[in-house]
Amino acid sequence: MRIALFATCIVDAMYPKVALATVRVLERLGHQVVFPQGQGCCSQMHVNSGYFDDAMPVIRNHVKAFTEVEYDVAVAPSGSCVASLGHQQPMVARKCGDDLLAEQAADVAANTYELSELLIDVLGVTDAAEQLGSWFPETVTYHPSCHGMRLLDLGDRQKDLVKSVGGIDYRELPDAEECCGFGGTFSFKNPDVSGAMAEAKLRNVEATGASLCTGGDASCLMHLGGAASKRKATVRTVHFVEILASTKENPLVVEGPVELSIPARGARAASNAGGNR
Amino acid sequence: MNCPFPREVRERRRTLEETDEHHQSGHARGAARARQGNLHAKVAFPKAAKEELKNDQMRANIRHATHTIRGKRANVVGEVPDWQQLRDAGSAIKERVMANLPELLEAFEQNVIARGGVVHWARDADEANRIVTELVQATGTSDVIKVKSMATQEIGLDAHLEEHGITATETDLAELIVQLGHDKPSHILVPAIHKNREEIREIFRREMPETTDELTSEPRVLAEAARQHLREKFLTTRVAISGANFGIADTGTLSVVESEGNGRMCLTLPDTLITVMGIEKLLPSYEDLEVFFQLLPRSSTGERMNPYTSLWTGVTPGDGPQNFHVVLLDNGRSAVLSDPDGRSALHCIRCSACLNVCPVYEHAGGHAYGSTYPGPIGAILSPQLTSITSEENASLPYASSLCGACYQVCPVKINIPDILVHLRDEDIRTQHGERTQDDAAPAPVSHDPAVNAADNWRAEKALTGDADSERTDPGTRIRGAAVRDAASDVAASVRSAGRKISKSAPAKKVPTQMDAMMKGASFVMSSGKRMSLAEKGLPLGRVVAGRDHAIGWLPGMVGGWTQQRDIPEPPKQSFRNWWKKHEGETEQRLREDGVVASSAVEDARTSPRPNRISPPSAPTTRTERSDERGRQNRNPGPHPRSPGR
Repeated sequence: MRIALFATCIVDAMYPKVALATVRVLERLGHQVVFPQGQGCCSQMHVNSGYFDDAMPVIRNHVKAFTEVEYDVAVAPSGSCVASLGHQQPMVARKCGDDLLAEQAADVAANTYELSELLIDVLGVTDAAEQLGSWFPETVTYHPSCHGMRLLDLGDRQKDLVKSVGGIDYRELPDAEECCGFGGTFSFKNPDVSGAMAEAKLRNVEATGASLCTGGDASCLMHLGGAASKRKATVRTVHFVEILASTKENPLVVEGPVELSIPARGARAASNAGGNR
Repeated sequence: MNCPFPREVRERRRTLEETDEHHQSGHARGAARARQGNLHAKVAFPKAAKEELKNDQMRANIRHATHTIRGKRANVVGEVPDWQQLRDAGSAIKERVMANLPELLEAFEQNVIARGGVVHWARDADEANRIVTELVQATGTSDVIKVKSMATQEIGLDAHLEEHGITATETDLAELIVQLGHDKPSHILVPAIHKNREEIREIFRREMPETTDELTSEPRVLAEAARQHLREKFLTTRVAISGANFGIADTGTLSVVESEGNGRMCLTLPDTLITVMGIEKLLPSYEDLEVFFQLLPRSSTGERMNPYTSLWTGVTPGDGPQNFHVVLLDNGRSAVLSDPDGRSALHCIRCSACLNVCPVYEHAGGHAYGSTYPGPIGAILSPQLTSITSEENASLPYASSLCGACYQVCPVKINIPDILVHLRDEDIRTQHGERTQDDAAPAPVSHDPAVNAADNWRAEKALTGDADSERTDPGTRIRGAAVRDAASDVAASVRSAGRKISKSAPAKKVPTQMDAMMKGASFVMSSGKRMSLAEKGLPLGRVVAGRDHAIGWLPGMVGGWTQQRDIPEPPKQSFRNWWKKHEGETEQRLREDGVVASSAVEDARTSPRPNRISPPSAPTTRTERSDERGRQNRNPGPHPRSPGR
């Protein structure tokens, strides 16, 4: 299949390693990944902040970017951004008086999958160790992000994939369904409540004994990881696709300062030679 | 057909629904909207929450209580196989009520009168307070007992009665704790949820002269103390005031559901009963109670069946109160009804399930919301009742991370996150001067009759003439005809006043930091090329991050982010820019990972547009998963999907 990658703005700009991990996993399954260069953002930041008018050009751009390129299905490593496509874009377009755009946005959204949905429902991945060669011998817990859980009804898809990774020591997170406190611009419009919610989540993560918390939305993970860093906590966050992409030959390295960049070729091999940094 | 709503409401509603031009709508209203009681926050939410967060005891109490009720609710809801259908039914009944509210109100009024009750109409809190006070004064007593009621909290009735020398005793245990503690409720169902047993013991010991040092903090002992304290009141007080959970249009029946039996005492023992009910509380018929008597107790207290359910219709000679009054309260409700994107907030049955699952409520507590209605429902109800153009409540729609837990548990399926986002848009449009009096839905809320009276359903009802126009109203002693004359005068003056107001509509304000940021982001994010260019600046962030590999401080508005979290060191290059050079290196990537791609890779290479594969034979589908979790299945299958999920 020809799969169009919607990296999402935060992954594109801040976590390119998550987009690369998505590419690696899909290529292992024998699919071709294309990246529509016109893509920008799903518009969620504008919509959730109440700026519907300013969201319109962003929506128009997304629809154009994912209409002018040929592909079979589109995928994004984010439950929240995928939910926004189907749930918010048509609603905003309609409220702003562009019914045609609303229809087009709904069509693009209908063919855009959250990554775990695509892997399980469409590509038939049930065992990451077996089918993807995934290997990650670390203690990990998992936070289900709200929009994937409640708007896309992802259920345990992401968690099941993580649990099927070779060598992993999976720990169940208490009160997992509670929001981490990110909430887009909520995080700086209501910083104190947002911070309190992050602290509650971090306490639960620490109670599992896991050194890593994974999840399906880079935004929530940036918020949680940043809150941990601010509080000098040792917990780190990684996107679940990074864990799926990790193999024995090319393992995910998470010790030391987390490098968000795509590692230069050679550097990875060198670090592997010395084991985990 | 008579309509207690102004003609404009009906016309406006029709326009909205037919043209679907919601963006030009809105429910902005004039500046004068005092006299709505306890609906206005005095401090913006973020600031109020910051203070409340310092109260560790309160947070511990709320956390403990909400988690307990949350668990109980989940258990008893899980037992009901047709819970989702019940929610659908509840939602559908409420939609029908909102669509036919004028007619249902008229039917209700006629049926209450036919059974010997008296109906009063109150445009706002002030009017309701005045009506109730005059009714109590007419009985010659200065003591009343009260059943816990959100409507009377909303209008600030207790304080108003006190100002007029009338002592109101709350008889619900939690409400009594709040009253004796000179405190404010912080939860819809459990007003004293922010207090623990020790704190309650202290309040009782201080405020109940009959208690001794032997009073312990054991729940049974505390409840017994309250019982003794209240028993005397029940037996000696001649007037009771209640709210109502439901009003039945086709019989004129009212219903109160409660857990302690105090309500039953108040509703049966006194000579006079005065019930204050929001106009949205109606149900069309008696059978509709079947749905709500299942939804409400499971959602609210986590009980299978409500302990004390009282139903009464008018006056029964020789049995129960012989004088019965019902005050129908608008206080902003008819204006909420005029906004199709927000009106389902009126479906609320005050179960408080949304509060109990809300992480924002859990940390900030109920007082941070500043209104009688806290939590997620308060964040959409308060600003709509007072109008989003009211600055005091403009921060409430932002008091949510939009996690959606509230919508998931709401027994009448109010899509709270969607309404929050809608209200944020309305708030921004208000800030940008797009919401003026001309857009305004009628506001039956001002104390100044020259401003808003003609916009009111009550005035309209009087203007159009009515079957009961000659009915005397013992509370106000104004004949219907006189009301009509007064309302006509007011209406004429208001029409000109309204025009004046619309000319002095709020001016467009100077753009804020947020406006500038959103504008800039919209420009960059609406083009891949501009994104690519902007991302070339990422290495700058690495300089800022320095040796810590983290950014710990940012200026201005976004400083709220770094106040609570670091920002990781940005990457050297965005994915977009990296991909331009490395797209074709699939083989290399596979080799590095030490895996062999499945054979599909060959197909993908040879065929420019391969056929889409069908779903695998035994995938874990959305449907199966949903069923496992006992949740409603929104999508029939995994592929292809419906767009509107």
